[in-house]
Amino acid sequence: MKPLRNPEREVLHFRERLMVASVVVALGFAALCLRFGWLQVVRHGEFQARAEQNRIAQVPVTANRGLIKDRNGIIIAKNYSAYTLEIEPAKVEDLDATIDALSAVVEIQPKERRRFHKMLDDFKHLDSVPIRTRLSDEEVARFAAQRYRFPGVELRARLFRQYPMGETASHLLGYIGRVSTKDEERIDHFGQPANYNGTDYIGKIGVESSYEEQLHGTTGFEQVEITAGGHPVRTLARTPSVPGDNLILSVDIRLQQIVERAFGDRRGALIAIEPATGDILAFVSKPTFDPNLFVEGIDPANWDALNGSIDKPLLNRALRGTYPIGSTYKPFLALAALELGKRRPDSITYDPGYWSYGGHLFREGGPKGGHGAVDLHKSIVVSSDVYYYALANDLGVDAIHDFMQPFGFGELTGVDMEGELAGVLPSSEWNERRYHQKWYGGETISIGIGQGKNAFTLLQLAHATATLANNGVIMKPHLVKAIEDALTGKRTLTVSSESGRIALHPGNIELVRSAMVGVTTDPSGTAYLAFKGAPYSAAGKTGTAQVVGIAQNEKYNEKTVEERHRDHSLFIAFAPAEPGAQPRIAIALLVENGGWGALAAAPIARAVMDYYLLGKEPAPGAAGAGN
Amino acid sequence: MDSSNGLRLRLLGFGRSLDPTLLAVLGALTLVGLITLYSAASDHPGNFGSQLRNFAFAALIMLVFAGFSPSVLKRVAVPVYAVGLVALLAVLVAGVSVKGAQRWLDIGFTRVQPAEIMKLGVPLMLAWYFDRRAGTLRSVDFLLAFLIVLVPVGLIARQPDLGTALLVLAAGFFVIFFAGLPWRWLIAMGVTGLAALPVVWSFMHDYQRNRILTLLDPMSDPLGKGFHTLQSMIAIGSGGVFGKGWMQGTQTHLEFIPERTTDFIFAVYSEEFGLVGNLVLTLLFFVLVARALAIAGHAATPFSRLLAGAIGMILFTYAFVNMAMVSGILPVVGVPLPLISYGGTALVTMGMACGMLMTIQRHRKLVQS
Repeated sequence: MKPLRNPEREVLHFRERLMVASVVVALGFAALCLRFGWLQVVRHGEFQARAEQNRIAQVPVTANRGLIKDRNGIIIAKNYSAYTLEIEPAKVEDLDATIDALSAVVEIQPKERRRFHKMLDDFKHLDSVPIRTRLSDEEVARFAAQRYRFPGVELRARLFRQYPMGETASHLLGYIGRVSTKDEERIDHFGQPANYNGTDYIGKIGVESSYEEQLHGTTGFEQVEITAGGHPVRTLARTPSVPGDNLILSVDIRLQQIVERAFGDRRGALIAIEPATGDILAFVSKPTFDPNLFVEGIDPANWDALNGSIDKPLLNRALRGTYPIGSTYKPFLALAALELGKRRPDSITYDPGYWSYGGHLFREGGPKGGHGAVDLHKSIVVSSDVYYYALANDLGVDAIHDFMQPFGFGELTGVDMEGELAGVLPSSEWNERRYHQKWYGGETISIGIGQGKNAFTLLQLAHATATLANNGVIMKPHLVKAIEDALTGKRTLTVSSESGRIALHPGNIELVRSAMVGVTTDPSGTAYLAFKGAPYSAAGKTGTAQVVGIAQNEKYNEKTVEERHRDHSLFIAFAPAEPGAQPRIAIALLVENGGWGALAAAPIARAVMDYYLLGKEPAPGAAGAGN
Repeated sequence: MDSSNGLRLRLLGFGRSLDPTLLAVLGALTLVGLITLYSAASDHPGNFGSQLRNFAFAALIMLVFAGFSPSVLKRVAVPVYAVGLVALLAVLVAGVSVKGAQRWLDIGFTRVQPAEIMKLGVPLMLAWYFDRRAGTLRSVDFLLAFLIVLVPVGLIARQPDLGTALLVLAAGFFVIFFAGLPWRWLIAMGVTGLAALPVVWSFMHDYQRNRILTLLDPMSDPLGKGFHTLQSMIAIGSGGVFGKGWMQGTQTHLEFIPERTTDFIFAVYSEEFGLVGNLVLTLLFFVLVARALAIAGHAATPFSRLLAGAIGMILFTYAFVNMAMVSGILPVVGVPLPLISYGGTALVTMGMACGMLMTIQRHRKLVQS
């Protein structure tokens, strides 16, 4: 290129370049201004919203779960606050190393470690999984001092459910547990996902589950200003949570305890109902379990012990156990005979100790040579099988079915607990539907003594006994008597009014009632010994149900199998049972493999009556001595 | 008495000889900078105090440089460049590594970044060179000039410190441009540069590539690479026309803006003072740059006008690149916003540059040609 020699021209050239540079500068700043306009005017709304989103977090405020109290106000499920140590798996690289290091600061048992891993597997959506619950003050202080060593491990104050009575009434109460995927579907189904935002626990079974909606309450929300690191700075707005309602049970928890103690180690179930209201006074299924084990997720060892036990402690026998009810069916059949005109009270059936039908001999237990001449009253007092073989044959299966159905046999009672089974009240139509074969007349004979294809729950039997005691007025049985507002203490009764009425002649009811009183007062009565000296009048009926076809299992030893082939022992009763008196309690109970009804079941009924009517606590071991 | 009176008169005279426009715009920018830093550093109140001291020191440096005659600057140009080059070589051999980059040189009592020297060292050296060759420029002079630029740029890029390397490259380029680099060279260089982009890409570090990818779509990874850009864009956008008010920026005070006292301080300003504030700040920078270019236009010697012109464009580059990066139109490179960002080194460099502008203005050509 040619050299430039003229300084003046050089300056002119330079100023030309300055002009170009100035244009570049002006364009550059103009471009920035356009960008600012784009961001701050055109897209302002969008960024404004994003800044607010950044800034404000909606934090759910979990509502306190309602308490559960018995009919006398005794608390049987409550909440307490405690510190837990929780790990956020997403923030921890090596879980096991972290837990190892943690165990040097607070005690972590192998059991808790296993539970942690199980929960990690079971609940993949959990942000934070507890490794230790209920830390002592000292442990809290120790961890707090070393918190910096454990990123992703948080100390949290949480509310826990506690069942202060332990194993008492566990089948009735049920328990709560961590919200599972299945529970989430249920929550969605009821349109409640917002309300369960922040809720960790949900009722799993029992009253905790069936009254979940009332117990849960309404979750509140806090609008919290947070930093980029997620630390709350201040609360901007607050919608308080509304605590869940308290449940007032119809159950008398002291009565429940007495029954459970009276059963001792024996398996079985007992339902006690106040006939006039349908209030369930006691709801017992033995053996029980400790619901507290389930709240934080049960550890594998305890689960295996409960689930694998031959005694099936997790089975709710009162609600889901279906049994033949044996001779406790007889008072209902006697009533059917009177109502349908098949027997007069003084009709005599001769009982030689057996009854033949189609060349087959139906035998009965009891004295050799039978009970002789038996009328309706005596048939119940001494529990004559022959009387009812003949009666059942005269009535026929379908008439029995039609008469028994209104009493609730083979029907869901509609009790306020999920999982109830209906059982079976056989009819010829049912038999054809179920087995595709005609009802064989001989099968009706067994029905007469509560055997055969009958399969009822103890709840149904208690309900039917209460209906009988209530002169045919049906009160739907229920466990929860009232819902109590946790803030105001205002109670709303849930008790249903009369839900039906069976047309029965008072005279016929009186005949059956009187015969049932004979069972406990007549020296020949099957429960005479059990009720000897009772200062009140009790109407009762014993029952012994044959155990048929127990599943053979090699796991059970021979002695256990033998014991488990013994008959079930049953008893129904109501009291007081003087003519014209309003019975205050009706019960039905069963002792599995308890043998003869008068021996195992009747003394428990006596203990229940003595406590409920007289306030008399049984002497230690007295009621259980019947075994 | 006499002598002190004389000193006072001389200082007064010196003060009056300083360019009032430059002083006013620098004062205004300093004010904006301190106000913004006070808010941005509200959780580290100590930063505000130390920035005040930085400003005082930088002002002193500026006045000292304003006192030098341009011929002094011309004389030190070669030694400064030489010292800078040696220091860069020393970093390469015995530098201190911080976060994977070897940028610092330990000189006993403190650590220095030799690259910082070259931000003004390269334009000084080039202005000296073109001044010497004035009137006898040939193509080979431009080739040599590029060599003077590319050696330190290459050394800085190897540290690696791509941001500073590009700024030094730009500073050198401006001098060469003002010295009269033929347009056809410029066009040829532009074309070559575009063609070389894939090659440059292949030599880049992952974090550098990520910055560019993030720029293209900051929403693609809002919690990862895009977090910085996205959060500063949210801060700017949510500021709206009038801003959220001083100390009221939620993005700032809830710590959503990264590096909010240094490279990203513009997001703080923008969130709290809005579009109006941005236009005022842009105007202030425009006045600063325009004044520097005007000073260059009236400078007495080729050395002075090349140096002043380059300083004007360097100021523009810093302000533009920083604001463009924070508002999401340039990739994230470590460039502070002049006079606003927290940090002493950049302020001292600014003080030197402005002092040079002032002495060039004091020694301007008095006769309009």
